[in-house]
Amino acid sequence: MIRTTLAALLLTTTAHAGEIWVTNEKDDTVSVISTETLEVIKTYETGERPRGITFSKDFSLLYICASDSNAVQVMDPNSGEILHDLPSGEDPEQFVLHPDDRHLYIANEDDAITTVVDTETRKVVAQIDVGIEPEGMAVSPDGKIAITTSETTNMAHWIDTETQELFANTLVDSRPRHAEFLRDGSEMWVSSEIGGTLTIFDTATQAEKAKISFEVQGVHPDRVQPVGFEFTDGDTHAFVALGPSNHVAVVNAETYEVEDYILVGRRVWHMDFNEDRSLLFTTNGVSGDVTVIDVAKREAIKSIKVGRFPWGAAFRPTN
Amino acid sequence: MHRLVAVVFALCCAMSTAAEVTLNTNYLHVEIPLPPTLSNLDPIPDNIGLAGVLTGLKDNQTTGRFLDQKYELTETYVPGGEDPLVAAKALLATSPYLILNAPAEVQMAIADLPEAQGALIFNTSSGNISLRDGECRNNLFHTLPSDAMRTDALAQVFVKKRWTDLVMITGTHPQDVAYAQAMRQSLTKFGLDLAGEKEWAFDADMRRNASQEVPLFTQDFGDYDAMILADELHDFGRYVLYNTWEARPVTGSEGLSAVTWSPVIEQWGAAQLQSRFEKAHERPMTSQDYAAWAAMRTLGEVVTRTNTVDPTTLRDYILSDAFELAGFKGRPLTYRTWNGQLRQPIAIVHPRALVAQAPLDGFLHQVNELDSLGLDQPESTCEAFQ
Repeated sequence: MIRTTLAALLLTTTAHAGEIWVTNEKDDTVSVISTETLEVIKTYETGERPRGITFSKDFSLLYICASDSNAVQVMDPNSGEILHDLPSGEDPEQFVLHPDDRHLYIANEDDAITTVVDTETRKVVAQIDVGIEPEGMAVSPDGKIAITTSETTNMAHWIDTETQELFANTLVDSRPRHAEFLRDGSEMWVSSEIGGTLTIFDTATQAEKAKISFEVQGVHPDRVQPVGFEFTDGDTHAFVALGPSNHVAVVNAETYEVEDYILVGRRVWHMDFNEDRSLLFTTNGVSGDVTVIDVAKREAIKSIKVGRFPWGAAFRPTN
Repeated sequence: MHRLVAVVFALCCAMSTAAEVTLNTNYLHVEIPLPPTLSNLDPIPDNIGLAGVLTGLKDNQTTGRFLDQKYELTETYVPGGEDPLVAAKALLATSPYLILNAPAEVQMAIADLPEAQGALIFNTSSGNISLRDGECRNNLFHTLPSDAMRTDALAQVFVKKRWTDLVMITGTHPQDVAYAQAMRQSLTKFGLDLAGEKEWAFDADMRRNASQEVPLFTQDFGDYDAMILADELHDFGRYVLYNTWEARPVTGSEGLSAVTWSPVIEQWGAAQLQSRFEKAHERPMTSQDYAAWAAMRTLGEVVTRTNTVDPTTLRDYILSDAFELAGFKGRPLTYRTWNGQLRQPIAIVHPRALVAQAPLDGFLHQVNELDSLGLDQPESTCEAFQ
């Protein structure tokens, strides 16, 4: 075990250097983890209740949803300095950066609104009425469609990014939490925490294509709750955080079959990969740590202590 | 892309005009006269229950906007002394959907009205066990947990903490007596019993002399692990804490309590429901508000999924495996098919924090751990749901 870990590490060191940035919801900080040493190398202060986190396309700016400060903060990741706040609407929870590298689509959880902010002019471009407790945010690779999922309305709302208007609303199972497009844009996936499922939509028709359920041995189905997920290199598999079941599922993205379950920390929430997608970093809210998964071996290789209630994760290369 | 969007949009609207669905719900509050309590520190809000219904209504309306489904609510208040059945008949003539905040016996009488046959009625205010047992009605669903669910939750805590030497003080109001009876049954169910019991029979003003009277009153219990209070109207219990002869935890109606909902619940997305409620009603959400919210959301959830307001279809869906309500308690909420009780985790709280959530780890069940709380299928004598 130790030998394989070291080998994996050496490999990472030579090929790619990078950092995983993690928001600590109840510490008002971000922890920076080195993807080489797998240790926390820096901790920076943020606004109140940081959750959603993402980098600009050239990784020169870090955007943070400071939910209880009612702002999206813009940080210089090289200094940790907060450069300025963006107007975000109330209680921003999660967001996604449009491929134009300029517009942020932000879920305002308390207000049932999706806010579109221009990061250059620092102005709100549009506010779109969506369902109760919007959370999951995604944007299609061609930039034409943005998605908001609403937790209590149980829908994926499809936004035309040209008109900033809804053009479809599709029902999913209870408490949708996260949405992602495949890299070719053909499918859009939504996780339903309480429903315990992943729903897969055909992007062109917005029709439901498949639904995936999970079964973790020794855990009551009610507690198997899919939340954050990410696709591996080439979109062959999805790694799905299953919340309080403390497992990450590995789903085959072609057959829609669940191939593996990996035990991680408690209440696993969101995740991101290192640069070559050989390592996956999951945030574990209740245990206050990050689990490092060897993607090829589908094994947890390390836990890294971070702040209280780690929520979001985002990667940036440093070499 | 643009053309596609336009086509989809046109299609959806053409479809929806034809299929517009409107759910009318009535909310009936029958005044329950309450005896005075020693303290006036925590007045019961006038809109208890109604505030929860209104929050649920707004949730439903937001969802309905995207599906061309409409939700309307009419609220009716019947003061003490007036006949609630007259009001209930009038409401049932307008809609089969009725949410009740009323005493148990009034709920039974309403459910038995000829006008109520085929209706869907929700009990959001009574924990009365017989309503889920021999006195159940097939048109009456319960979103408030039964007293048994709450006392079972505490009994699990006693077992887990190995508090096996227990004593109880019981008030004299019918609600106190019912709670004490539920507690005795729960203790038996989980292999525990009471080492001592006393009735609270003081009529003095405890605000002044609790520190003198309570130590003496509790002295003859001797030693014990925890003291249970059956004080459902919150009359004397608050003066027992920290005044007992032995320094032991106080639990039951005060101290460490098992509740449907509490402002201290913030996990499982509950913070959002709490803040939405507080913003709208300028006070914290109570258990009864939660039960009323859950009733309204149950109706919203089934209308969303079935796109109809036919009561038979909705009733069947509520009792089917397909139904699940996201209720901010960490797992899906469903209804027991044998008595119409909403299955739900029970919060174990003190006034400042959530301590645990029942069912506690280790209390297993052959079908669903949530059924370790309250009347399980073999225990319930309810036949109306068969």
